[in-house]
Amino acid sequence: MPYTAEKPYQNPSSEELRARIPGWGADLDPRDRPSVPREKYDPGASGAHWDFPDRQPGDETREHSIEHKFVTPVFGTSVPLKGFSGAIRRLAYAKFSEGRAAHWLLLILGDRVDAWESHARSFVSTRPDNPITETGILAEAGHHPVSSRFGQNRSDLSHVWMDPLIVAGPWLAGPLVVLGIRTLLRRRHAA
Amino acid sequence: MQAMVYRGPYKVRVEEKDIPKIEHPNDAIVRVTLAAICGSDLHLFHGLMPDTRVGTTFGHEFIGVVEEVGPSVQNLKKGDRVMVPFNVYCGSCYFCARGLYSNCHNVNPNATAIGGIYGYSHTCGGYDGGQSQFVRVPFADVGPSVIPDWMDDEDAVLLTDACPTGYFGAQLGDISEGDTVVVFGAGPVGLFAAKSSWLMGAGRVVVVDHLDYRLEKARTFAHAETYNFTEYDDIVLQLKKDTEYLGADVVIDAVGAEADGNLLQHVAAAKLKLQGGSPIALNWAIDAVRKGGTVSVLGAYGPIFSAVKFGDAMNKGLTIRANQCPVKRQWPRLFEHIRNGYLKPSELVTHRIPLEHIAEGYHIFSAKLDGCIKPLILPNAA
Ligand SMILES: [Zn+2]
Ligand SMILES: [Zn+2]
Repeated sequence: MPYTAEKPYQNPSSEELRARIPGWGADLDPRDRPSVPREKYDPGASGAHWDFPDRQPGDETREHSIEHKFVTPVFGTSVPLKGFSGAIRRLAYAKFSEGRAAHWLLLILGDRVDAWESHARSFVSTRPDNPITETGILAEAGHHPVSSRFGQNRSDLSHVWMDPLIVAGPWLAGPLVVLGIRTLLRRRHAA
Repeated sequence: MQAMVYRGPYKVRVEEKDIPKIEHPNDAIVRVTLAAICGSDLHLFHGLMPDTRVGTTFGHEFIGVVEEVGPSVQNLKKGDRVMVPFNVYCGSCYFCARGLYSNCHNVNPNATAIGGIYGYSHTCGGYDGGQSQFVRVPFADVGPSVIPDWMDDEDAVLLTDACPTGYFGAQLGDISEGDTVVVFGAGPVGLFAAKSSWLMGAGRVVVVDHLDYRLEKARTFAHAETYNFTEYDDIVLQLKKDTEYLGADVVIDAVGAEADGNLLQHVAAAKLKLQGGSPIALNWAIDAVRKGGTVSVLGAYGPIFSAVKFGDAMNKGLTIRANQCPVKRQWPRLFEHIRNGYLKPSELVTHRIPLEHIAEGYHIFSAKLDGCIKPLILPNAA
C-alpha cells in the first residue's frame, strides 16, 4: 500500500521481461532517446541551407494570425477564402488573436456557413453533393455492420444515432427554415 | 489528377483537381504511391477542427516518388522514392534549430500555436494532403527522406506519423525501468505507444479502450494487459485497485478530441462542438496516474477550451507533457528497431482501399466496422 515507503506491488523483473518481449529495454537509458533533451540547438542538423527561407509569392492577400508579425515565408494555398464564409473567416483572422474565443468561434461559424454555401453551390453545378455516396454509408453492406457493432461493449452506440442528424441537418433544416419564415410572414399578413 | 476532397462534416468525395505546382524554390511535387487515413483525420471528417474548408484534400501520412523539384532543392531528385513526415517545417527557424520540427514558425500563417501539417485544415497552414495522386511538399531538402531499400512500403507509410507519434509519446512519459504505464486508446498511435513503452523499460503496460477487437491487438501486437472500460463502473478506481491504490507511474492519452466514456462530454465536444475536445481520456489520465507521475498527451484536441480537471493535476504534482511529434528526429532509431525486428509497423494495417472508394474508407474507419485499425489508401489502384 502507498501508506508505507516501498512500492506496494511488484512488476515482473527486467530479466523476465527481456526474455519475453522483443526489444525490451532497447531504449532503457532515458538520456539516450531521440527526443531527449527536448531542445537541442543544432541549426545545421535539419538540411536547411538558408538563414531565412525564400518568400513564396502571393502573400499579399493571404490571411494570417495577428500573433504573426507577417505572413510566413511558406504557406498553404489549397482553398483561398471566398463567399460569405470567407468574409467571416477573414474577420476572425483580422480582428482576434488566437488567445480570444471569438477567433475560434468565428472560424467554427465560418465552417458551418462554408458547408451550407458549398452544398447550395453544388446544386447549380454539374456535380451536386450526394449525401449517400459522400458519407460512405454504402460501405455498410459487406463490412459486417451488425457484428461490428453489437456484442462488442462499444460505448459509442449511445450517440451514433446523432450522426445522421448532423449529416442531414442542412438538408432537413433548409426546407424547415423556409416553411417557418413563410408561416411567420402569413401570420403577419393576417394580423 | 484524382484527389480526395472534403465536402462538409461526414462527407468526402473524389474529384479531379489540377496537379500541384512548384510554388516555392525548395518545393517538390511528389507522386503519391501509398497513403493512409489517420485517426486524427476523423476529427476533420467530423467537422471538429476550426477552419476546415470545403475543397481541402486531407492526408498527412503518405509516401511517393519525386516528380519534380524546385530550383533550390539539393538533396532530392526526380525519381527518388521518399517518405514524408506529417510535419511541414522549414528547418531554420528558432524552433526547428532546436529540433522542435513540429512547432515550426515559418510554415503556418494561420496560427502561431500550431506548426504545419499536410492536409490538416487551414488552422495547420492550409496545405493539401496526400490522399491524392500528387502532393506539393514544401522544404524538400528538410522533411522528406529517401526510403531505405530494405524497407517495406507499408512500414514506411506508417513511419510518417502513427509509429513515430506513439514512440514519441512513450518518450514524453519519461518511463523509468520497471514503471507501470497505462495507455488510453488502442488505435494505431496507442498501440505503438504501448509497444514503445517496453523498449523504454516499462515493467507493466496496460491498454484501455472500448473496442474489444482493438484490445485483442493490444494483447498480441503490444504484449499489453487490457481493460474494456465499458465493463467497469469506474475505470479509474479499477486502475487504482490494480496498483494497490498507488496509481500508475505514467499515463499516455492516445485518444484525444472525440473520447467516449462520458456521453455528456462526448456530445458537448464531438457533436455540438462546444469544447475543443472531449477530455474524458485526459481526465481519466489525470485521475489514474500516481501523485508526482507523468501524463503524456498525444491525442489531438482542437484549439478552443476543454473542461480539463486541472486542479487535480496541480494538487497531485503531475508533469504533463505534450506535443505533436517531430517525426524525422525519431527515424534513425526507429529504423534500427525495425531492422532488429523489435517493431513491425505494418502489422496494424487492416484495410487497403483504392482512392476512388475513399468515402467508404472514411465510413468504415469512423464507424469502426470490420475490425478496422489502420486503413491505407491506394492512389493508383485503378
Ligand atoms: Zn495523424
Ligand atoms: Zn521552422
